[in-house]
Amino acid sequence: MSTEYNGYITTERIDGANDGPLAGTTVAVKDNISTEGVRTTCGSAMLDDYVPPFDATVVERIKDAGATIPGKTNMDEFGMGTTTETSAFGPTENPVAEGHVPGGSSGGSAAVVAAGDADMALGTDTGGSVRAPAAFCGVVGIKPTYGLVSRYGIVAYANSLEQVGPIAPTVEEAAQLLEVVAGPDERDATTRDATEEVGEGAYDYTAAADGDVDGLDIGVPTELLDGADERVTEVFWDAVDELESRGASYHEVDLECLRYAVEAYYVTAMSEASSNLARFDGVRYGQSGGYDGNWNETFARAREEGFGEEVKSRILLGTYALSAGYHDKYYKKAQDARAWIKRDINDALEDADVLASPTMPVPPMEMGESLSDPLTMYLADANTTPVNLANLPAVSVPAGETDEGLPVGLQLVGPAFGEKEIIRAGSALA
Amino acid sequence: MSEEENAVEPEEVRHVAELARIDLDDEEVDRFTDKFADILEYFETLDEVPEVDAEEELANVMRPDEVHDGLSQEEALDNAPESEDGYFKGPNVS
Repeated sequence: MSTEYNGYITTERIDGANDGPLAGTTVAVKDNISTEGVRTTCGSAMLDDYVPPFDATVVERIKDAGATIPGKTNMDEFGMGTTTETSAFGPTENPVAEGHVPGGSSGGSAAVVAAGDADMALGTDTGGSVRAPAAFCGVVGIKPTYGLVSRYGIVAYANSLEQVGPIAPTVEEAAQLLEVVAGPDERDATTRDATEEVGEGAYDYTAAADGDVDGLDIGVPTELLDGADERVTEVFWDAVDELESRGASYHEVDLECLRYAVEAYYVTAMSEASSNLARFDGVRYGQSGGYDGNWNETFARAREEGFGEEVKSRILLGTYALSAGYHDKYYKKAQDARAWIKRDINDALEDADVLASPTMPVPPMEMGESLSDPLTMYLADANTTPVNLANLPAVSVPAGETDEGLPVGLQLVGPAFGEKEIIRAGSALA
Repeated sequence: MSEEENAVEPEEVRHVAELARIDLDDEEVDRFTDKFADILEYFETLDEVPEVDAEEELANVMRPDEVHDGLSQEEALDNAPESEDGYFKGPNVS
């Protein structure tokens, strides 16, 4: 198994059932998804030797479906990053664009699929963490509707935003993996039954990948193109032309609310992170530091040592945003922006079957380029975060390459539980 | 950092770090102070967002209160850096 691009943190093989829809296939799993008896680090020194005593529901489901798990994939620490450079186990390199980042935070999952070291992979998407690496590595990634896939056994970062999603070379294969993991779970009360939302056949995702876009009405939010790199928009419009030539049509839509998505996303995610990561005190699991004395002080020293820079930064900013005197200024305003984004995107989807944009406004960054300036990294999430804030499904499909040979992804957003629509539209391209 | 209006003070960073139970050394405090000033200034644009009525479709999810198998005590303690007599062991309070 090739590791020169550092795609895996752990390469312990986990065998699945003898038969099932995924028999004979390998599905790599992001390292924030619990695997019974196999170390799950979340890309953090804090969980360096943590071995979960149970499987996440999605892991149970892919094993039951016959998949073999070849290993646990590299990721930004606790899912916090857009480039897979904040992992305590070193950065992952983009296997199809040397010297460039694979995107994040599921960069390892996209990289092992792009390199052919796994047939498919599972990632998690909190603000674009499945779609960003899919776009940068030239593969397909689906962020499902919030509530479609169980989060039981996922190490929590920002619960109200994150979903497990499949990464694969083609839309059809990603749909097949989604079909296996989707569906309600009594251990995750935020899951919903798609059949009750959209009717019979709601989970027939693989069959929906028929490439038929005749009559498809595409809305293109101008806000998501205005700030994008010209090399990216050129490839994007070529892909839209391709869809048009196959019977689709498009119209531009104006969604002013999208200008606030990145800020609303980061304030919300950091606030939830500050609460979720309070559990890491080194007593029940994690690094303890081995200090004695005042509990608050010993925990603070253990957390100082166990967490990396970006994680500490987000916990502190989240604590700040929720603290007395700042709650109304940051957190409450972020929730207003979220409600606005939800309402306006849903309205736009009344007049269009799907919304299309570049997945990422920039081509894959060079390694090291964005680490020194966090705002550059945060702004790269402009096109993906609105989907998480609105709890909607989206797919990133390869749209082509820039003149320098860097992959560009096209994002298609659908209505809640409209996975079949985005799969059908996306399968026309990949 | 100069006298910008929204500049973050090192004391604020120390206070938040204490609330979040993360020890920071002086060099980290300086670094975070600069970084937070940039990021919080960027978050200021949220001031322009109008108040929006959120129509949350929330539903209570209920299940019968039944006993199920859970982790054994041994499994629950397996990842603890220290345990004793079937209990988690925290730091000694001197």
